[in-house]
Amino acid sequence: MLKYVIKRVLLSIVTLWLVSTITFTLMYLVPGGPFLSEKAPSAATLKAMNAKYGLDQPKIVQYKNYMVKAFFQGDLGPSLKQRGRTVNQIISRGFPVSARIGGLAILIALLIGIPLGSIAALNRGKWIDNVIIVFSTFGIAVPSFVVSVVLMVVLSVKLDLLPTYGLATPLHYIMPVLALSFYPASYISRLMRSSMLEVLGQDYMRTAKAKGLTQYVILFKHALRNAILPVVTYLGPLLAYTLTGSFIVEKIFTIPGLGSAFISSITDRDYPLIMGTTIFLAALIIVMNMLVDIAYKVIDPRIKLK
Amino acid sequence: MIDMKKPLSMQLDVSDFLPAGKEERQSLVVMRQSVSFWKDGLRRFRKNNIAMVSLAVIILVLIFAFIVPSFYPYTYEQQIRGSENLAPMQYSQQEIGLKAQGESVFPHFMGTDSLGRDTMIRLMMGSRVSLLVGIVASLMVLLIGSIYGAIAGYFGGKTDMIMMRVVDIIYTVPDILVIILLMVTLKFPLVNLANNMPGFDWINRIGVGLICIFIVFALLYWVGMARIVRSQILTLKEQEFVTAAKALGASNGRIIGKHLLTNCMGTLIVTTTLQIPSSIFTESFLSFIGIGVAAPMPSLGSMASQAIGGITSYPYRLLAPAIMISLIILSFNLIGDGLRDAFDPKLKN
Amino acid sequence: MMSENLLDIKNLRLSFFTPAGEVKALNDVSIKLEEGDVLGIVGESGSGKSVTAYSVMGLTAYPGRIVDGTIDFNGHKINDMSENDMRKIRGNEVSIIFQDPMTSLNPVYTIGNQIMEVILLHTNKTKKEATERAIELLRLVGINEPEKRLKQYPHELSGGMRQRVMIAIALACEPKLLIADEPTTALDVTIQAQILELMIELKNKIGMSIIMITHDLGIVANMCKKIAVMYAGKIVEYGSTDEIFYNPRHEYTKGLLRSIPKLTEKEHKKLVPIEGTPVDMLNPPAGCPFAPRCENCMKICMKQMPDYTVVTEGHYSACWLLQKEAVMQGGGRS
Repeated sequence: MLKYVIKRVLLSIVTLWLVSTITFTLMYLVPGGPFLSEKAPSAATLKAMNAKYGLDQPKIVQYKNYMVKAFFQGDLGPSLKQRGRTVNQIISRGFPVSARIGGLAILIALLIGIPLGSIAALNRGKWIDNVIIVFSTFGIAVPSFVVSVVLMVVLSVKLDLLPTYGLATPLHYIMPVLALSFYPASYISRLMRSSMLEVLGQDYMRTAKAKGLTQYVILFKHALRNAILPVVTYLGPLLAYTLTGSFIVEKIFTIPGLGSAFISSITDRDYPLIMGTTIFLAALIIVMNMLVDIAYKVIDPRIKLK
Repeated sequence: MIDMKKPLSMQLDVSDFLPAGKEERQSLVVMRQSVSFWKDGLRRFRKNNIAMVSLAVIILVLIFAFIVPSFYPYTYEQQIRGSENLAPMQYSQQEIGLKAQGESVFPHFMGTDSLGRDTMIRLMMGSRVSLLVGIVASLMVLLIGSIYGAIAGYFGGKTDMIMMRVVDIIYTVPDILVIILLMVTLKFPLVNLANNMPGFDWINRIGVGLICIFIVFALLYWVGMARIVRSQILTLKEQEFVTAAKALGASNGRIIGKHLLTNCMGTLIVTTTLQIPSSIFTESFLSFIGIGVAAPMPSLGSMASQAIGGITSYPYRLLAPAIMISLIILSFNLIGDGLRDAFDPKLKN
Repeated sequence: MMSENLLDIKNLRLSFFTPAGEVKALNDVSIKLEEGDVLGIVGESGSGKSVTAYSVMGLTAYPGRIVDGTIDFNGHKINDMSENDMRKIRGNEVSIIFQDPMTSLNPVYTIGNQIMEVILLHTNKTKKEATERAIELLRLVGINEPEKRLKQYPHELSGGMRQRVMIAIALACEPKLLIADEPTTALDVTIQAQILELMIELKNKIGMSIIMITHDLGIVANMCKKIAVMYAGKIVEYGSTDEIFYNPRHEYTKGLLRSIPKLTEKEHKKLVPIEGTPVDMLNPPAGCPFAPRCENCMKICMKQMPDYTVVTEGHYSACWLLQKEAVMQGGGRS
């Protein structure tokens, strides 16, 4: 077990290093540089900016400086466009907001998806199964921006039930969280259904019934524990989806989270911010994937001792 | 133990106790016809109503996106002065004037956008872009992934181990972030290339974003397919027909190409079909946030993005691309599901 | 002798109502079992042997249903019982062990958990007492280091050991009847012998009855007092082990016995399989289901289902050949 954890940690570090290096290479070594691609500033301004941001040093030195600062001091540098603010500040302002919405969305996706999928599997072929299948098939086909916009149009514009933008009150959370959880809830529901169907056909389910256990125990003790394993595996990609999905939701509902900061940084060409956010998000995804993989190994005893 | 039945001499005839011939016995046996794998799968697929309807939908969409524009009087970048912001089927002042003079003006079925471009043709072109991206990207994934996975699975041992380590690392890299990154950084040099070097101006037309999407798909997205193909190959290569082929002197390439991959064909088709909606999803997502095909070429995602501002006044401008994307993705998903049910009966519900 | 039968299945008909049609799995099956009996049910896949056994425990899988007949077990009317009442006797008065020990145990729970589960369910024992009983059971089935095993997971044990655990679970509440559905098919031959020996030993110790379901005649020869041969949802021949082996009176039974390779045969003698393929249960034929594969098939065999003919006391067979003489002589005794 320990061996596996170490192996995973090492792999994650390698990947993170790889991603940051790729990012750095792309950002700083591509000809044209971050400043030149804009309207060409005067030579003097250029010199001053280069000096301030350390861009006149050899690339390798820049690379080393950045990596050292980023990973050992946690300093992702100053923002280029938002004068006076550091990337760290921007991230720490925006991330908690995104995390709240994302976290709620994941929670709701699990709370809806797992029961729905199980119910569908238990009532296979009956009308409720068909309804759930249809619902979840639609859910994975409709992109999140479509859902967001439809929700906004219907609930906010036409019916005036919910506020359109911002996050002032708990009511404000409803639409963005719903929009973000739509796809994962459908996906988890389908995943749970097929997993549960497979588990229900297993021999040990027959053994459980032969022991005289009640339906309740058979379902929650024997079936669920086995059926939920694929869903645990999905948690990693789920997180990555939620992070990237938040870009859209935050843009549409005008939410000041990390996602919209990232999108703006792209249009603004704020390279340090782009880089810092990318590395931050990448690190988050990589670490969460690693934790989920380790958790899975813990939960499934078959793999524990390999 | 058993109830003794009525005396047997009642309805029986001595001639009944003559032996029955072999042919007579055979007539009792109803053998089911054996069908080839493909025919059997296609038959099952055809019975699947939902999948067939989805197939019909996709064919209609293909016609809509690829054939109709050739006959359409408007083009996607054509800006008609005076015809801005028309509602569906509405005519501008100028157009009314032209009609009064007896000229026929082709109606704007879905109105026009703020620059006077016909929304309908843009919808068609947008669909074309989405479909092209989806299909080409999926084919790339298929090609790279299946060859890589087949080699890893077939040769096994150290080759396999190294190849799969690489896969593991690539798998953990967050794809959307890399796409965005590439897009941001490659934009300038690629535009430079397009403007300054002869023969590269197609870059401008397609858009840097799209090129980045294809690059990233080629770099990152094939790993899922590789894993699937590898595990299939691992099981297949133990089977006897492989040993037989080897004994007959077939080269490794031939064995992989002819024998092994063809047996995976079912899985390959299903996985590729399901990759298409996923690619379209990614493309529309990126176009939506502004990184995708370059204007004026429309994409369903960018059309939706531009339409958000006018959502109260012109809701159809948003609904049209939104419904189109959902329809395309849904149909491909259902076709893929149908193919899987048809060709992989073990996975059947 | 009218002793109270432990199990009395009368004229059982059971069908599976599938989308493709009604699969008539059991056609008029009757079995009687007294306390202490060991009955072997022999037949090929699809003959209905497992379906018969499962119906005693109410384990018939959806979409199966009893269409006709009754099942009486230990004073209960099984086919009338509610699901609630059935649960009380499952694992308690009647238990079953399945064919594949690899997949019959839940992989995510410990052995101890799975044994104690059934003890705690049907008895009033405390957790501590249940643990002790579990250890005792593991010892009983011949597993060493029982305390350690309790904490292990199924994948840590070998196939033979897992089957012993299954037996331990089945015997935990000292059932009157143990149903064994091909318990050794998935095991190595040497382990097979051990498991069968264990079962006989336990039967003598606890005094329970066993129904042994198998396609292997070798197993029934050793273990069972009585044998029921099933084909296409019917019992085609029934009798004591000696009678069946030395005086088989159904062509199918004879075919089964012939197909066993014998050590004492001369070399180069060909194996004698039974020709043909099993019956399509969606459209069972009107006559004897074995007709297409029977060497001595007669015209009547294809038209009408044969009734049971008594061969000797306690031995009967459903075959027109047994009626042939009687009819040929013009309505003699039957």
